[in-house]
Amino acid sequence: MYQYTEFDKQFVRARAAQHRDQLERFEAGQLSADEFKPLRLQNGWYVQRYAPMLRVAVPYGEISAPQLQVLAQIARDYDTPDPALLAHAQATQDQIAGPAPKLTTNYGHFTTRQNVQFNWIPLSQSADVMDLLASVNLHGIQTTTDELAGVAVDEVVDPRPYAELIRQWSTLHPEFAFLPRKFKIAITGAAEDRAAIGWHDVGLQMVKNAAGEVGFKVLVGGGMGRTPTVGTVIREFLPWNQIMNFLEAVIRVYNRWGRRDNIYKARIKILVKAEGQRYFDEVEAEYQDILVKDGGLHTIPQAEFERVAACFAAPALNLPASTSEWVAQAEADVAIEAAKTPAFARWLAQNVKPHQNPALRAVTLSFKRPGQAPGDATADQLDAAAALVAKFSAGEGRVTHSQNLVLPWVRLDQLHALWLQAKALGLAQPNIGLLTDMIACPGGDYCALANARSLPLAAAITERYQDLDELNDLGHIDFHISGCINSCGHHHSGHIGILGVDKDGKEWYQVTLGGSDGKDLSGPTGPGKVVGPSFSSVEVPDVIEAVLDTYKALRQPVQGRDEHFIETLRRVGHDPFKAAANAARHTADAPTA
Amino acid sequence: MNIITTQEHQSVESPTHITLANDVDPRTLDLGGVTRIDLQFPKFTDGRAYSQAFLLRRRLRFAGELRATGDVLIDQLVQMQRTGFDVAVLKDGVDASAAQRQLDRFAGFYQGSAVQTQPHFAKAA
Repeated sequence: MYQYTEFDKQFVRARAAQHRDQLERFEAGQLSADEFKPLRLQNGWYVQRYAPMLRVAVPYGEISAPQLQVLAQIARDYDTPDPALLAHAQATQDQIAGPAPKLTTNYGHFTTRQNVQFNWIPLSQSADVMDLLASVNLHGIQTTTDELAGVAVDEVVDPRPYAELIRQWSTLHPEFAFLPRKFKIAITGAAEDRAAIGWHDVGLQMVKNAAGEVGFKVLVGGGMGRTPTVGTVIREFLPWNQIMNFLEAVIRVYNRWGRRDNIYKARIKILVKAEGQRYFDEVEAEYQDILVKDGGLHTIPQAEFERVAACFAAPALNLPASTSEWVAQAEADVAIEAAKTPAFARWLAQNVKPHQNPALRAVTLSFKRPGQAPGDATADQLDAAAALVAKFSAGEGRVTHSQNLVLPWVRLDQLHALWLQAKALGLAQPNIGLLTDMIACPGGDYCALANARSLPLAAAITERYQDLDELNDLGHIDFHISGCINSCGHHHSGHIGILGVDKDGKEWYQVTLGGSDGKDLSGPTGPGKVVGPSFSSVEVPDVIEAVLDTYKALRQPVQGRDEHFIETLRRVGHDPFKAAANAARHTADAPTA
Repeated sequence: MNIITTQEHQSVESPTHITLANDVDPRTLDLGGVTRIDLQFPKFTDGRAYSQAFLLRRRLRFAGELRATGDVLIDQLVQMQRTGFDVAVLKDGVDASAAQRQLDRFAGFYQGSAVQTQPHFAKAA
């Protein structure tokens, strides 16, 4: 992991102090609510339906055991609303038609942005929380990358040092603090894109050219929301050390040209669509000016790269010297356990991924289980996860954009012990990549922007599909739920996507099919297609079942296995699925209470 | 960074100053004889003038005064200073007493700016 220097630590503390100063002026009436809003947002503080939300950045998802412990502490000591506020919130939620889950407190939530959110911290305590976060070098600012970076077998270049350098460069950039809209960068260094780079404002794919030199393929103008758009390649190969100079050009032209008259047209995707080649030409000219006229001062020196890269060396794991024999023996032992215990075998198949080091594996702890919302972790679970990370993964975990926690440094001979402990904690559901490993935003239970709730639907589908044989038979399915068009639940990229919409004050849901996040199995990045008019909340589980039954009826064997859902959909087209979905509408169309 | 009031801003007329709308590309202008350029923040969340200031100060080496006008709050002063402004006209009613500590808070920054052009890594090396 990146090791904070004294400068880095001082910087995070100064940001916490800055937030405290702003909070105090806000509370003293010297800063209006409108003036305070963008300032607190830049420190990760949002205001939700009933209470503030804190978004704690976990840069490129990498998190240490002590950091997880501090998140547990925050969940335990601060994520506690005033009882009257909670009672009011629950009473309000109870008035919505349909099943209403109990609102929960004192937990963290892993999100699609690879960060951790809290939903109930009183704003008045926000400065204390920032100080606590600063004590473990955390803050409320963002970045994402491949959850398997540095361990994936298909990795071309480890993206983490570059992600860290870009994180530093972008932090409190004076010129770009007030861009037209939000701006997100994603990086992958692997053959397979697990970071959904096509869906980001800037997507960076690390590549090597014919001469073996490292560089970036640069995409610009991707984004979800109201106008789902896949990024366009602006540069096939940019030398690695030029990335900041080039990003400066990309963002400066966006800052100067981006629309500010209409919030729905302010993202860079709209600019890239509207201007096309003219935008690309301007960026290229600006990049040349940065190099020639400004002297290209943000060219990354080799020594600086090496300083940062050294932080990402593999941790010491005390592995035996004669690796190949040891690996063979450890694999044999794992196989014996797996033969004895089918549940362990299932977990190995679904939640354990190969590693660059054959003596190690990357293990995903599943935060998708009945009774808790996708990605939620209580204070005790965060503490328990910290202990697993410390004991089994060299002190390092990774928050994934699919709302789970990866342990990237697990020894083969410790897999069984880890499984036993994870299972005891309820974090060993063997469902990674399957239907119930769904992505869902907090939705209308918490979020002020949501048009509909996500969590009751997530709970209904989770309950309906508890049979592991059935889940395995359905195979890999990306199932994504967003409570509104802001798309925090990435519904556009789901093989099956659900979007909450509001009609006449009631909750309705659009169902889309065939979206892709860009990973190999999903196919080329793109949004799904809507199957028809929206459904009521009680209809949605039946619609999902009808769509899945259609898949089971139509799938064919391919290369000795069954087609995946997305493969059948692509082969036969949307029509049979659409017909099945629409036939599942309830005839009495009124949502029941 | 010199912080002034609207009154002070309006009290001295300078014949050699110009005011730029925030969608103008400063590279298209003839700046001969211009001693002061007033850039505009119609809303404090509209950040176009930061790029204008950067281009004027850094790219065009404009040596005169860059003045921030409009919806100017004390929490923008650091960005203004770093993108090349040297004078800020605080919005009416904004208390200036908390301004200086915003400017003093950070001992350094990661990226180079229009004023301190070298990034932190160049200094550390």
